[in-house]
Amino acid sequence: MSDSTIEPSGVKVGRGVFLATVAGGLASLYWGRSVWSGISSALGPVESHIPLLPNGGWRIYAVSGSLPGFDPATWRLDVAGSVDKPLSLDLGALRALPKAEQVSTFHCVTGWTVRNVTWGGVRIADILAAAKPHASAHALRFVSAENPYDDYLTLEQASLGDVMLAYEMNGKPLSRAHGAPLRLVIPDMYGYKNVKWLNRIELVPREATGYWENLGYDQDAWVGRSNGYGS
Amino acid sequence: MTRYVRRFSRTERVLHWANAIGFLLLLATGLILYLPSLSVDVGRRPLIQSLHFWSGIGWVAVLVLIVLGGDRRGILRTAREVDRFDRDDARWLLGRRPTPQDRFNAGQKLNTVLTAAFTLLFLVSGLLLWFGERDTRFRFASTVVLHDGLMYAALVLLVGHLYLAVIHPTTRHALRGITLGTVREDWAARHHGKWKPQ
Repeated sequence: MSDSTIEPSGVKVGRGVFLATVAGGLASLYWGRSVWSGISSALGPVESHIPLLPNGGWRIYAVSGSLPGFDPATWRLDVAGSVDKPLSLDLGALRALPKAEQVSTFHCVTGWTVRNVTWGGVRIADILAAAKPHASAHALRFVSAENPYDDYLTLEQASLGDVMLAYEMNGKPLSRAHGAPLRLVIPDMYGYKNVKWLNRIELVPREATGYWENLGYDQDAWVGRSNGYGS
Repeated sequence: MTRYVRRFSRTERVLHWANAIGFLLLLATGLILYLPSLSVDVGRRPLIQSLHFWSGIGWVAVLVLIVLGGDRRGILRTAREVDRFDRDDARWLLGRRPTPQDRFNAGQKLNTVLTAAFTLLFLVSGLLLWFGERDTRFRFASTVVLHDGLMYAALVLLVGHLYLAVIHPTTRHALRGITLGTVREDWAARHHGKWKPQ
């Protein structure tokens, strides 16, 4: 029997479905995110009861082999560098500072977003007031317990109204996955600037490049207008 | 005595199982990267990322090599089979039973076509994620949405496929065809009435 006699009958629909699926998928690179954020904001009220995505849409990124742990008895936040009064704050000392709370949106540079995250913590201004930076200090280096992760903000960026050092997320102590016991939160910048497992802040004369900047990411990670987006 | 007829060639079977193993490997490593609870328990993110990326490259490369090194004309013939949908296929998709079907029923054709399209989209979006992390020219805000959306869509297909192939009593005999190559003649006549086995 030759091939032609067993040729199936019918219309060539399969290739159309294949091409339409591939074309639709590729086109979604341009509209996928806005459609998805439309859906998730429309479902916002429902989402707080029935999560649409695992763990509210968070993904846990880390650059090393394991997530840093900490011992509450020995953990300290060191504030050092160009300051009159270097600090070494334990968790109790941090919690004794005026508590700030805010609800803000977290944007990752890879394209995912988590809306309405409630953060609790301290403003950087309250730490700096105690440490008394020298006039020569114009930037801050944030060092993570996750070696070799660090990143920088200018003093101006760090004094934006919604920048904080958070020790609580959604009313609970910050979990290990989210940087326990302390992380930087700067909602106007992509997640890689929001250093997790923060245990050291250095006042420095000027910014240098942090972990992701060394890999080609932008120094000023403004949401929607950096890293190839919105330009 | 039970009579058997040949349903799948060796190339088809090897291709199916290579695809299945590759997909499950990618699903496992992908879920570790995606699900926060697994990310925390497993850790080693850079290692899992490399495993996921190279499994993906390996998966597609193996599929291509199997086709090139196997029965190429047979695979082309199979592609022509899943391409064509006739009136019976339309009726079958609308849920009208009994409707005689060929070697592949309309659902299997659709599953094959979508799986092939998803594979290509997984590959493209995966490469964009990998290179986008290294170069802003490859970075799209929606790549993650596409890659994750594909995962959910492929998972729905997989669950349906596994149910019909492993659990559903009247269809699960098909598993024998994709592993050993042959199926019972009476089963083939009942489920694939238009198919004339060689």
